[in-house]
Amino acid sequence: MSTTTVDTHCPYCALQCGMRLAPKSAPRAGHAPADAVAEAPAGAPAEVVERPDFPVNRGALCSKGRTAPAVLSRAVRLTGPLVRDAASGELVPAGWDEALDRTAAGLARTAEVHGRAAVGVFGGGGLTNEKAYLLGKFARAVLRTPSIDYNGRFCMSSAAAAHQRAFGLDRGLPFPLEDVPRSGCVVLVGSNPAETMPPALRYFTELRENGGTLVVVDPRRTRTAEQADLHLRPRPGTDLALALGMLHLVVAEGRVDEAFVAGRTTGWPQARAAAMAHWPELVERITGVPVPQLREAVRMFCDAPSSMVLTARGPEQQAKGTDTVGAWINLCLATGRAGRPYSGYGCLTGQGNGQGGREHGQKADQLPGYRRLDDPAARAHVAAVWGVDPGDLPGPGRSAYELLDSLGREVRALFLSGSNPVVSAPDAARVTGRIASLDFLAVADVVLSETAAMADVVLPVAQWAEETGTMTNLEGRVILRRRAVAPPPGVRTDLQVLNGLAARLGWEEGFPVDPEEVFEELRRASAGGPADYSGITYRRIAEEQGVFWPCPETGGASAPHPGTPRLFLDRFATPDGRARFVPVSHRPSAEEPDAEYPVFLTTGRVSAQYQSGAQTRRVDELNAAAPGPFVQLHPQLAERIGVAEGDPVAVTSRRGRAVAPARISRDVRPDTVFMPFHWAGEGCANTLTNPALDPVSRMPEFKVCAVRLEPAARA
Amino acid sequence: MTSTTSRTVVVGGGTAGVRLVDRLAALGAADGVTVIGEEPHPPYNRLLLDGVLAGRYPPEVVELPRPDGPAYLSGVRAVRIDRDDAAVVCDNGDRVPYDTLVLATGSSAVLPPLRGLSGTAGPGSPRLPEGVRTFRTMDDCLALAPRARPGVRAVVVGGGLLGVCAARALASRGVRVVLAHRGGHLMDRHLDPRAAALLRAHLESLGVEVRTGCRVRGLLVRGSGEGRAVEGVETADGSRTEADLVVPACGVRPRTGLAAAAGLTVRRGIVVDDGLRTDDPRIHAIGDCAEHRGTVHGLAGPAHDQADLLARRLADPGGAGGTGRVPLYRGSRVLTRLTLTGPRTGTGPAPNPFSAAGEGAGDVFDLAAFGEVAAGPEDHELLLSDATRGSYRKVVLRDGRLVGGILLGDLAAVGTLARAWEGGEPPPGHPIHLLTTDGGHR
Repeated sequence: MSTTTVDTHCPYCALQCGMRLAPKSAPRAGHAPADAVAEAPAGAPAEVVERPDFPVNRGALCSKGRTAPAVLSRAVRLTGPLVRDAASGELVPAGWDEALDRTAAGLARTAEVHGRAAVGVFGGGGLTNEKAYLLGKFARAVLRTPSIDYNGRFCMSSAAAAHQRAFGLDRGLPFPLEDVPRSGCVVLVGSNPAETMPPALRYFTELRENGGTLVVVDPRRTRTAEQADLHLRPRPGTDLALALGMLHLVVAEGRVDEAFVAGRTTGWPQARAAAMAHWPELVERITGVPVPQLREAVRMFCDAPSSMVLTARGPEQQAKGTDTVGAWINLCLATGRAGRPYSGYGCLTGQGNGQGGREHGQKADQLPGYRRLDDPAARAHVAAVWGVDPGDLPGPGRSAYELLDSLGREVRALFLSGSNPVVSAPDAARVTGRIASLDFLAVADVVLSETAAMADVVLPVAQWAEETGTMTNLEGRVILRRRAVAPPPGVRTDLQVLNGLAARLGWEEGFPVDPEEVFEELRRASAGGPADYSGITYRRIAEEQGVFWPCPETGGASAPHPGTPRLFLDRFATPDGRARFVPVSHRPSAEEPDAEYPVFLTTGRVSAQYQSGAQTRRVDELNAAAPGPFVQLHPQLAERIGVAEGDPVAVTSRRGRAVAPARISRDVRPDTVFMPFHWAGEGCANTLTNPALDPVSRMPEFKVCAVRLEPAARA
Repeated sequence: MTSTTSRTVVVGGGTAGVRLVDRLAALGAADGVTVIGEEPHPPYNRLLLDGVLAGRYPPEVVELPRPDGPAYLSGVRAVRIDRDDAAVVCDNGDRVPYDTLVLATGSSAVLPPLRGLSGTAGPGSPRLPEGVRTFRTMDDCLALAPRARPGVRAVVVGGGLLGVCAARALASRGVRVVLAHRGGHLMDRHLDPRAAALLRAHLESLGVEVRTGCRVRGLLVRGSGEGRAVEGVETADGSRTEADLVVPACGVRPRTGLAAAAGLTVRRGIVVDDGLRTDDPRIHAIGDCAEHRGTVHGLAGPAHDQADLLARRLADPGGAGGTGRVPLYRGSRVLTRLTLTGPRTGTGPAPNPFSAAGEGAGDVFDLAAFGEVAAGPEDHELLLSDATRGSYRKVVLRDGRLVGGILLGDLAAVGTLARAWEGGEPPPGHPIHLLTTDGGHR
């Protein structure tokens, strides 16, 4: 038996970089992509090996990816179930049977006493497609509760809603990343890949090497903005006005692609009227971006033979995120920069499976295959796959923040998988209080996260390198993460957990523990839906370096569907095949600075940490690079409040107070402070953030709120 | 009325009135709203009229969005407010009852006292001689546009913001324009002589003949009665200039007649408090017709601020969800902005997205100005001038506070300056940063 490497993917962001894993101790004798792979000893950290043939990252990895095996170490993770001891109130070790019994009983008792809808399920955008699919099935078919949503709501929901409105389909990118360097101009809005997905930065570097231009829209001068040909620095919360101002100039300068508008879109006069109400000088007043810079951006965007707009959390995580994304889409449509090669609008999704996670039934209003839960035909199709009566499927439920805010009230028991809302939810202190008021909480996670520490039952589960499953990256490319090492004894996979719980709740069948078996069912459930995976198999994914959905099954008779790397080239996914302009107008953020709270707070990420930090804060090398929270502020603001570099700064909003050291920098506007949100405790940025929701996507306004600053006493 | 919806009547379908309705709709409070607009056109963006006159847009392109919900009465003039009966009486005989009345009647062009000119400006002013037209409304624009042909001779009377825009628009149509300005330099309310000289040079480069210190005292008119037509102007020094078109651009005056006749307090504008209320608590006034703390702004920015604030007050009378904290208007400090767009480098229909052929803005002149730009003896004046690049930047400080400034040609610092001007606080550090930085850029 030869020791060899296993093809897999990074556990973190939506880029899903390809990598190989090798057992650290054993010599590497070669590479075998097949299943016949010798596993590393249980719990032994594997070693990351470059995988240059995978096209998305071509071997490159960031520090998070390189150090990912550290989280496999037994020292940092859970290795057995924990239950809360009634006498001491502490979490104590327990056997799996006891843990699963208590979980099933906790959920069942709540359903009995308070009704099925009082049992909630909260999922995560890091779960594989197989897990997300079965989690949704568990909620809808076993628990029969409408109360399911997931943290992906906090990630891409505004872009998803805007995609649906304009194009009739939501896939993060309508083209592969390899198209980016072949475009003539890319406008990156509120996106900082240099920190959030470093291996993707290469695409933008190549774009410029090829003679294309890069425009970055960001209130901060980020490491990404430093690469830009033009950096626009709008006041936080004004990206919508900025896009409208650019569209206005497109009209004023005669740059509308009338033939495209006439032939491939609907709704232009109304969208144009909304843009004409936002003339450049007004937009300058709202955004603080000088009109000449706005003109320059329009010139770069329109003079290029093809161009793209890519958004990320900056414009999306606002209480007007859907309209903001819609305004950028309108700009693309008016200039004919959509549904054509090397042109279009795309969203750089954040979480590892932010794309797939939203397609297979974790979302409050959706069924597998990106079907709508309120569509009778969709209900009938999925009910048939599951062998249940369509009438027994619950209806749409609450969105993520609304679900969390209902805990302890309407929703009294929660099964939570792969998420850490104590750190990652907006108004985190309030959410923590709601979680504490639950009658029952079970958490399935790899590590004892801040949220898991509050649970009645903690179920330790396997992670990326220890189990096989598919993910769908930000391009809509379905990829295969293979098991490389065995999980430690005492740890089970999420699929085994769901299998055990379903069995205790009366479903002996229907919850397979083999990922490929689950995927086969997912294929059938998604068949005919907008996100059709029915033609995708594990074998094809491995052979083709991933397969882009939609990829319908063609039956044995004809050639297999090739998958769809590029969407909309012939028609958009609307009933009439035309993209829809949606008229949008600028409006202020839910909370604007005032005399009491005079400064904007915006939140974001640093490269060495990931999301709530549950994984990355357990890796020494990453903690050395990014040891803790900080408050980035302009020297003028620092001088005004009287703090020096490194001094503790208290940041207070209407919701809470956080303290972190000052990091003084001219990279941030004088009217704005920035805090990364990866940490719990005193420096938890989400203690401050505003849970005001977008009316369409229900996205909270993470990116803008009003705060006041003062020096804090040194601890 | 079976409905319990409060009836809000907005008189005026211009910048302030339309913005108010748009914001009310956004706040879900547009039901029961009626807009009475005198002009026969759908609401349009008045700021873009020079673009229409220049031929950059067809008129329908500058129409503003009209949210569903409110009722629109177009081409209807409000002639009287019956406060006892809480109703607006219209020229078509309608009586429109209100619970809340908002006056957004705007302003009208002032006609200068010129010999040979009789009649009044605005809609329904047939007695101006043929060829004389103010530049304020869509009707003005539609009347001027077909006459603005290459080779036509025009005199624009008044070198303020409006006159400069009109001259530029006419020149871009090939009209031979004389811009006659009484003052010593163009836009003398906003600019100092050096900035005005750069503006003048720009206009001259576009073929506009600028005459400063030039008072037009009369029109040269042929014919009589309805057949009178303009032939030129006569200036105070007795010289004559032939013209086919004369455009008086001598400022605007708040339209306060309705309010005055209804017994509301009117000074220069309709006097309102910080709640934008007149002395009748059911009647509000916003935009160009309103006078707040002694100021009539006459700019779109403050009109938007007032409309936005009034919308919040009307949508939520209890204030912040019943807390009683109703928002108050404290005034606006905005920059006067002027962008003169040169001829496009390319023309014609849609650009081919696969060619890099030059479409675009062409030669552009950007200007921002605010406050007092003439420094007094005690003031601190800081200026950066770059003749080669045609940029001119200046701030005036008094006791460490910003009191005025000009940016011309290089607007990189406009965000910083606007923030400092709006904030009203002494700018931190050396004031040079106001002119050299943008939002804290290195």
